[in-house]
Amino acid sequence: MVLEELQEIAKIENERQGQFEHTINVCVAAGCLSCGSQELLDAFKREIDKRGIEKWCNAKGVGCLGLCTAGPLVSVEPSSTIYKAVTVSDVPEIIDALTGSPVSRLACSSDMSFFKKQQKIVLENFGAIDPERIEEYIARRGYESLFAALRDMTPSSVIERIVKSGLRGRGGGGYPTGLKWTTVMKASGPQKYVICNADEGDPGAFMDRSVLESDPHRVLEGMAIAGYAVGADKGFIYVRAEYPLAIKRLKKAIAQAEQLGVLGRGIFNTTFNFEIKLRLGAGAFVCGEETALIASIEGSRGNPRPRPPYPAEHGLWGCPTLINNVETFANVPTIIRNGSDWFAGFGTEKSRGTKVFALAGRINNTGLIEVAMGTTLRDIVFDIGGGIPEGSKFKAVQTGGPSGGCITEEHLDIAVDYDSLTKLGSIMGSGGMIVMDSTSCMVDVAKFFVEFCMTESCGKCVPCRDGSAQMYHLLNKITRGQGRMQDIHLLEKLCDLIKNTSLCGLGMTMPNPVMSTMHYFKDEYLAHVIDKACPAGVCNMKSGGRQ
Amino acid sequence: MKKVSQIQTLVIDGKEVGGRHDETILQVARENDIFIPTLCHLDGLTEYGGCRMCIVEIKGMPRLTPSCTTLIREGMVVTTNSERIMEYRRGILALLFTERNHICSACVSNGHCELQGLALKLGLTHVEFPYIFPKMPVDATHDRFIADHNRCVLCSRCVRVCHEVEGAHTKDIMGRGITARIITDLMQDWGESKTCTGCGKCVHVCPTGALTEKGKSVAEMEKRRQFLPYLKLMRERS
Repeated sequence: MVLEELQEIAKIENERQGQFEHTINVCVAAGCLSCGSQELLDAFKREIDKRGIEKWCNAKGVGCLGLCTAGPLVSVEPSSTIYKAVTVSDVPEIIDALTGSPVSRLACSSDMSFFKKQQKIVLENFGAIDPERIEEYIARRGYESLFAALRDMTPSSVIERIVKSGLRGRGGGGYPTGLKWTTVMKASGPQKYVICNADEGDPGAFMDRSVLESDPHRVLEGMAIAGYAVGADKGFIYVRAEYPLAIKRLKKAIAQAEQLGVLGRGIFNTTFNFEIKLRLGAGAFVCGEETALIASIEGSRGNPRPRPPYPAEHGLWGCPTLINNVETFANVPTIIRNGSDWFAGFGTEKSRGTKVFALAGRINNTGLIEVAMGTTLRDIVFDIGGGIPEGSKFKAVQTGGPSGGCITEEHLDIAVDYDSLTKLGSIMGSGGMIVMDSTSCMVDVAKFFVEFCMTESCGKCVPCRDGSAQMYHLLNKITRGQGRMQDIHLLEKLCDLIKNTSLCGLGMTMPNPVMSTMHYFKDEYLAHVIDKACPAGVCNMKSGGRQ
Repeated sequence: MKKVSQIQTLVIDGKEVGGRHDETILQVARENDIFIPTLCHLDGLTEYGGCRMCIVEIKGMPRLTPSCTTLIREGMVVTTNSERIMEYRRGILALLFTERNHICSACVSNGHCELQGLALKLGLTHVEFPYIFPKMPVDATHDRFIADHNRCVLCSRCVRVCHEVEGAHTKDIMGRGITARIITDLMQDWGESKTCTGCGKCVHVCPTGALTEKGKSVAEMEKRRQFLPYLKLMRERS
């Protein structure tokens, strides 16, 4: 494979797409598929066949269009109309409207803030390409960055570009990506590995899933560039078995890439080899922790181990290993293509670029969004997210899932980046945002997250294993109207103990939901304990008895 | 090649001490008669880092660090017994006591139990957290040994000694979090195990009365641990 061949593929694909005057893009990512978008796509194809218009009209499946709440979504090019909640019976009407004005009853308003206020880097191909065809990715300049890196750049200049871009790990910790790459490059060893962490497990988070389902080649390309930069020739993608569609599309993407020679041996006629293998997680949340993930790939029980040594020096089978999140890798090809200054132009001083968030909970526009770092929470929740369902009042937004905390109305105007969220007692996390309104009881929310952590703790270290069970027991007592003031004191003590003495990130961050709800909503806790009442009316205060 | 000196000096609890670069804080502390409590650590087995009893403060590091898995560094300043650390250790120990059913007065290891010993040593006089009282099984199917899960602290010493020293890997852990427990083979009865060699190493490394020999009454089960450093020494020689 040489550049000319790559460009030839792009040219043929562009010509193929160019012959169609109209393209109907039907979202076939998990959200829309679950409300019947596959049948819808088939109906469009049948209708096009029936009318004999296949010469100038094409219907295809594409990745996530973002506004998951209104699925199945269909976008029509070139007019860029987006139709929501389309059913099979709407198909003839939409095709009729191709040459006229859009079907107003189904169309989303084109100046909707949900679409206008986003800044798409990772999601640039979403809703535009068929994730199961490598040609469409190449037609949008896919694998050009890999070519440029292999042919025109040294590994250190690739790393320099990543360092200068200011990219930080998108898995939650926000560790500078360039620094991690440098460490792995400098670590000595004949064998090195690149691992993509796709074990997304936070309740309410679906960013990585959407990336893998909608644009899998972007992740493969990012991994290959990383492999070249750090000197690794093997990569693993550790993806949850609960994401069958992502797995299917990844497998297909890897096969296509190997067939074209953009993965495998002697990529682009250089001496660089890179192969990617899939490893499926068996459902343990803790396997998203990097040392547990490595243990799991090695075939052992997914227990974390103490760091240091960090995986960068002593990782998979004792070899230097680079572990990054899906979204981090997905940023890499664009940074190589457009340069570090371009990337650093987005975001804030210490958090460059954009972040993908999954909006969920009590919000009108549930879905997947990407905004520049530094966008305020108010913009995200009320503009892009469309606010809270009518008749209700915003209460808090939980960022970072079970490891994060809640952020209240008074802090909605902060610019979202790694450091501002940490200051508020939450974390950026992988990007799940769960919005809560006056119908949510914050004690109940804390109990939900603690229960999640209790069942997902691996059981290796004592504070996490037993502390989580004790916290859950206390919260359970409080939400059943049996709490006493000393229980609140005990909860505070447990939070401090677990946070400071646990072995891995799961335990260290587990108390965050409890601590932040106790800080911002102390009155709700007191109402449960003193008045034996749940202000939101969620908890059954008279249920009594032991659990 | 010139041999580089690998001795590093550090300060533990105000005392200047030295050690090899590949020694842990715990090893150097013990060589210098500085007490750090441990539960999952045992000389001769790989470090586990799970019990969190040996946490120490290192100057300049915001986080508490387990001394059993942290190698020494030149110029380190370590505190092993500040009031904050002692409070955390008592908290962790208290959690361990609530987790299963530790009834000392009816236990074969009464008086020889490391969990009990630590409680005495650290001054844990009462437990604030509610006891969980889980229903745990007792496996007495083996001819010579008993596994009583009521007394297990999941330190994994038995798992490690069986895998690393005996090479049988009969013991392992199943389940997650609070439901995790030690199993024999793929959760068979111990007496049915085809892999167990009956060497009894697991029994003698167990810190509590969870693994014991049959035929012992209250307070009669004294563990013999001398074999482990001896085995290790002999292996290093050969």
